[in-house]
Amino acid sequence: MSVTGVSGEERNDFTRAENKRLRARSVKLAGQLVRPVRWQITGSGLLIVLGTLGSVAGPALIALGIDQALPALTSAGDWMPVILIASAYVGIGLLGGLFRSWYFRMAARISQRVVYHLRLRLFRQTQDLSLSFHEKYTSGRVIARQTSDLDTLREFLDSGIEDLVSGVLFMVFTATALIILDPQSMLPVLISFVPIFFFAWWFSNRSRKAFRSARVYSARLIVQFVETMTGIRAVKAFRRERHNEKTYGVEVDNYRMANQTVIALFGIFDPGLKLVANLVMAIVLLLGALRVLDGTMEVGILLAAVLYVRRIFDPVAELAFFYNGMQSAGSALEKISGVLEEEPTVPEPTRPVPLAAAAGALDFTHVSFHYVADRPVLPDLDLHIPAGQTVALVGTTGAGKSTLAKLLARFYDPSSGTVSLDGINLRDVSNDDLRRAVVMVTQEAYLFSGSVSENLRIGRPDATQTEVEAAARAVGAHDFILSLPEGYETDVNKRGGRLSSGQRQLLSFARAFLADPAVLILDEATASLDIPSERLVQRGLKTLLADRTAIIIAHRLSTVAIADRVLVMEHGQIIEDGTPADLIAGTGTFATLHRAWRDSLA
Amino acid sequence: MTTTSGAEAVPSADDSVSRPRTLGTLLRLHPYVKGSYTRLTLGIVDAIIGALVALAIPVVLSWIVDGPLTTNDSEQIFPAVGLIAALGVLEALLIALRRWLVLKPGTHVDGAMRKAIHNHLQQLPLAFHDKWQSGQLLSRAMSDISTVRRWISFGFVMLTVNVITIVAGFAMLFYWNPLMGAVFTVCSLPMLYFGVRFDLRYMRLSRAAQDQSGDVATNVEESVHGIRVLKAFGRSTFALDGFAARAKRLRNTETRKGVAVGNFTLSVTTLEAVAYALSLIAGISLVSTGAITVGVLFAFFTTAAVLRWPLDSLGFLLQLTIDARTALDRFFEVIDEPVRVEESAHPIDLPAASGSLVFEDVSFTFADAPEGPKPLLRNLSLEVRPGETMAVVGLTGSGKTTLTGLTTRLYDVTTGRILVDGVDIRDARLADLRSRVAMAFEDATLFSMSVRENVLLGRPDLVFPEGEAEQAAADHLVTQAIDIAQADFVYTLPDGLETKIGEEGLSLSGGQRQRLALARAIVTEPAVLVLDDPLSALDVTTEQQVEAALRRVLATTTALIVAHRPSTVMLADRVAVLHEGRIAEVGTHAELLARSALYRHIISSESDEPHVIPDVTAENESVIAAGAEALGEVDSIDGIRGVQP
Repeated sequence: MSVTGVSGEERNDFTRAENKRLRARSVKLAGQLVRPVRWQITGSGLLIVLGTLGSVAGPALIALGIDQALPALTSAGDWMPVILIASAYVGIGLLGGLFRSWYFRMAARISQRVVYHLRLRLFRQTQDLSLSFHEKYTSGRVIARQTSDLDTLREFLDSGIEDLVSGVLFMVFTATALIILDPQSMLPVLISFVPIFFFAWWFSNRSRKAFRSARVYSARLIVQFVETMTGIRAVKAFRRERHNEKTYGVEVDNYRMANQTVIALFGIFDPGLKLVANLVMAIVLLLGALRVLDGTMEVGILLAAVLYVRRIFDPVAELAFFYNGMQSAGSALEKISGVLEEEPTVPEPTRPVPLAAAAGALDFTHVSFHYVADRPVLPDLDLHIPAGQTVALVGTTGAGKSTLAKLLARFYDPSSGTVSLDGINLRDVSNDDLRRAVVMVTQEAYLFSGSVSENLRIGRPDATQTEVEAAARAVGAHDFILSLPEGYETDVNKRGGRLSSGQRQLLSFARAFLADPAVLILDEATASLDIPSERLVQRGLKTLLADRTAIIIAHRLSTVAIADRVLVMEHGQIIEDGTPADLIAGTGTFATLHRAWRDSLA
Repeated sequence: MTTTSGAEAVPSADDSVSRPRTLGTLLRLHPYVKGSYTRLTLGIVDAIIGALVALAIPVVLSWIVDGPLTTNDSEQIFPAVGLIAALGVLEALLIALRRWLVLKPGTHVDGAMRKAIHNHLQQLPLAFHDKWQSGQLLSRAMSDISTVRRWISFGFVMLTVNVITIVAGFAMLFYWNPLMGAVFTVCSLPMLYFGVRFDLRYMRLSRAAQDQSGDVATNVEESVHGIRVLKAFGRSTFALDGFAARAKRLRNTETRKGVAVGNFTLSVTTLEAVAYALSLIAGISLVSTGAITVGVLFAFFTTAAVLRWPLDSLGFLLQLTIDARTALDRFFEVIDEPVRVEESAHPIDLPAASGSLVFEDVSFTFADAPEGPKPLLRNLSLEVRPGETMAVVGLTGSGKTTLTGLTTRLYDVTTGRILVDGVDIRDARLADLRSRVAMAFEDATLFSMSVRENVLLGRPDLVFPEGEAEQAAADHLVTQAIDIAQADFVYTLPDGLETKIGEEGLSLSGGQRQRLALARAIVTEPAVLVLDDPLSALDVTTEQQVEAALRRVLATTTALIVAHRPSTVMLADRVAVLHEGRIAEVGTHAELLARSALYRHIISSESDEPHVIPDVTAENESVIAAGAEALGEVDSIDGIRGVQP
């Protein structure tokens, strides 16, 4: 089994080698994320150094106060040392506070920057990934990667850097101060790091699995949630609520158990650290007290030493938090890096052949295609469509019409053979050029949240309002758009913005009009229209298609009337090819279909 | 919930968290925390003891300094240090115990809330789902609830512990020396002020960040669901720009949160430094005058050291609490949304199915529709007799789909009523109604499960049948439904009926999805079938086959079919023409074709011939008048030429 990309994502039984590979992948991504902000991180580290120095100085100043200023005051009535020390305390505390506060700002900036860039990168990557990826990786999981996994990472970055930097530095400085003050007290502390290390190792091993499961279950929750809410009509109509309640409940419980495991482990880890810390403090106290009795140690020093030892372990809890967060974020990074590792199966050419103004001649040369190996949808297709021709594709569902259209739009690349536009292999055309030249309108007319005109501008973002309205007029959508509460500015999700599927299709048509491509592919784009609207669209099409290449897939043969040429497909092969008139006059499949269709009309 | 409310009220002694709204919101957690109070209370008791133990350590320390160390009594050192070690062990044990105690409540509340919001959303009417962005729902169901969980299992407990520690610690400072205690306290008081200020500022940011993160989630969802459109138009960059703008807004808000926390931390650390310094001056002068011993001074600062973390962490815990509060606000915004399509209080049993479906004077306006325009459906009446097949035709946007949605109460009528088998559907049990009336939608939603499960969506009892007889019956039903819907392509899928369909049936063509949706409706063997343009994506041949098979079902089933094509209309016994929110005409296809210009306009494909109204006979003059009026409207809308009433 493989762990490349997103495969094996739902597993939790990785071999040692696989674990290593996953970790390497996450670490690599983490490195890429950190590199651009390494100087900022160094800077914020510096701030926290200064900030920490301030708080580390505290006990030393108090010790100084007791051992120096107190005798000065008692014996000589000299207030100066006390005042000086107190002022130093305030000054250092204030500086420390300033640095810390500055650090907080900087840390927020760094972590937000990292998250922002990763967010965009992940978004770009999912957009770049081919449809074949999206068809097997449910949309819910893509969403999970971009939402809850990123959230996990953000949570970690928000507090993680501080926990780590301040924790480690605090320990280092406190240790240094302790060594300067009283090296002997440091020994028990050093020894205590041995059990702590093993303890952390145990925690890390046990929690990694649980964190991984938590990511998997959280993604499953999102998958089901998104599906239920997207398909809420079907859910309600078929009384699916109870069943969903149960399955969602199971996933929630799984997720809860994964979380519980993590928290339970942490519930042992954290007090364990505390136990070590407290015991070490007792030991330091014992050794120190004996030395005070010997007269080899000042009481003030003992106080400072005990304070330091107590504090040296404070950040251990923070470090434990950091570690916890890191494990959690690590699992998220593991999943995210998987998506980032996926290669688009329809890659952008490295050296694209420029395509300035496409004429629109299309060629299929020995094209074969299969979604599943050994089940070819198109066995071996040869087809030439001259520029400017309007071609109707006819045939039963599953004949390969949509596949042909998707190959033309380069949603997929052929398994073998070439598809070319104006003699240039589509694989060599840059995405921008291709999309400018070839546009496909599908049956599902997806609308994005936003206004009607924003949705139409998907066709051409820089279109003027006049152009947008002209496109809407051309497909007969203008009047119904005007009847919406706010006309073109009506939000399609908000008050009164509910559109019927027919209206959605009209909008998606208008988009294509606006895009004004050299090659237009219409895949079942009029299925939901009523006959008068369809008629109107067809009238618009006649003008629109006059000077461009068009491939029209339609079950309603009325569309065929506007075609120059009809291709009848069956089992991935073209079995008839001719002008509509010729084919209707003939005795082939199309003639039969056409007769049946005429009969079906009123 | 006395104990917990008491505990939650504690922060009020110290900061502003408990301004009524925040406390009120947090108290609303009650139903989800119910059953966990014992553990939470014990956890807090445990935490208090823990804090006392932690505070007891300095007491022993001071005793050591003033006792054995001063008197050089090494005998007593060992038991004293032993005591400290014992206290240390106890502290660790108490922490472990506390973590174990609050472990379940935290995750339990989390689970209960997740289930609650999911289940509530399923109950909420479509009108709600129409207007809410999916990403906003998702962010509420996922990240907001996680925020609350973190608060309950960590923030809440720590805040309680820290506040108790702070109160007890301050008391001890006073005990060590009232003057020094007073100095320390007075210096700490301004923290309250900064706390309130922080609270106000941070609350706004926190809410904004959560809302913006919902917006980002919406963008993500749409970019994934609309990937085909984006790819088809090569608009990924365009989408990225929009996404980047929203992500940037979120980034800015989050950064400002960091700044707010930083500022608050600055004020806390500054105040702390001043408090320590002044106490140091006071302490040293007190020791010099002999008012207190060095041991007391020692103890004072060790106690103050114990207070450091609770004080330092206030900002962070306050932040968690506010985040939880705003997250809860968002959560309850959904939960508080009333379920408008409600189960009748005294449901009537539906009588034995005969399959009649009657619309009586039905009007419908979307609840959120703007004032002014006419309702979508106006005083519409239509009777579908038992066993009859009624087609509904009408122009795009005339309300056909809405009409079908009313029959299963996806939306409730605004006025009038709908009767199924003589019973007002609002009086019937929802489950009864929805098993008697089955729907197939035009945009067929398939779920990511096997083909078989998708077909059996309305009959989950048959998915895992018990016994061979049931298995055979289930198989028979599925096979039959697939047969009628001409969906036999499923047998050619890699695993046949057990093939798992990608989400939303993306790898199936529109026509294939529609056929599965049809099979799904048929398999429930309903008394009333409601089909919304169920064959629109089928090719002519398949359509004919489906129609032939569907006739067998329709012979015995009442059906309401939304149709755009004449061929689909031919399935029906009668046709109703929906226009301007009313049923303008009812009759057989032939009758309507003969007498209704409106009908011909809607259904006839003779595109380029001018529409001529046939001779008007006296008896259907009024009908024609209505049609003509309608056509006048149509004319202006669609610009169809040559329509002459």
